[in-house]
Amino acid sequence: MSARSNVPIEGSFQLIGGKFDKAGEASTSLKKKLTEMGLNVEIVRRASIATFEAEINVIIYAAAGWLRYYITDDTLRIVIEDMGPGIENIELAMQEGYSTAPEWARAMGWGAGMGLPNMKKNSDKFKIDSVVGEGTTVEMIINL
Amino acid sequence: MILGKISEILEAAVVTNPGNLDKDIKWAFSTDLLSNVLFYFIPDSLLLTGLIHPQVVRAAEVANIDGIVFVQGKKPEAETIALANEKKITLLVTPFCMYTASGKLYQAGLEGFPEL
Ligand SMILES: Nc1ncnc2c1ncn2[C@@H]1O[C@H](COP(=O)(O)OP(=O)(O)O)[C@@H](O)[C@H]1O
Ligand SMILES: [Mg+2]
Repeated sequence: MSARSNVPIEGSFQLIGGKFDKAGEASTSLKKKLTEMGLNVEIVRRASIATFEAEINVIIYAAAGWLRYYITDDTLRIVIEDMGPGIENIELAMQEGYSTAPEWARAMGWGAGMGLPNMKKNSDKFKIDSVVGEGTTVEMIINL
Repeated sequence: MILGKISEILEAAVVTNPGNLDKDIKWAFSTDLLSNVLFYFIPDSLLLTGLIHPQVVRAAEVANIDGIVFVQGKKPEAETIALANEKKITLLVTPFCMYTASGKLYQAGLEGFPEL
């Protein structure tokens, strides 16, 4: 084990659908935490960008969710789980530019259809599971 | 190009962090799509946008953007200003529209993001 820690570090944030006044708070708090831990800026940047997009998706599409992170000596694992409508066609949702964002979210500048592709781009391992009518879970692993 | 020069060219009002006006900016980017801000991340950069709500500042923070120019004289929301103060991001308001503001900066030598 490195000097960083002997115990895995973990934490979580609750996300509430439609609650845009807090949108991005979980990701920016995580960014701050990772920076304070002394992680490399490139890692912090990738993690916070990927988390930000995932957080926004929960707020736009789902009723509620959780963002959880687990840090060990060699990986940062981020899991975003929501209770929401789920995704019918994941392959389609993963395409750049595909978006079903509602008008109110577009008016705020979201809905470019770049969120999921950008999460994948910024993680070393990316997994998405979804059950229509139940919810979606995104898991991202970034190697430290 | 330093932020002070940018604000001069854009005849802009400095809303937050006037202490940061000597910060050197290498690239600029104009968009009203926040995912584009996150996708085409480049350091030492400036964002020109018509969006004035606090998520612009959060997206800028995550993307390490140093300054945000609000076009067409749009005044940022109070919460946007408070957040920018906290995050030490400089906010400018220009009377020019996005096209004109971008054109003026480009003409003065500030380049757009390189092709990725
Ligand atoms: N958590 C989620 N719950 C339900 N649908 C989702 C979720 N995340 C993404 N989607 C679906 O996938 C599409 C693409 O998502 P994304 O790439 O983030 O782009 P955008 O959010 O800009 O539309 C969304 O428009 C939506 O249809
Ligand atoms: Mg999205």
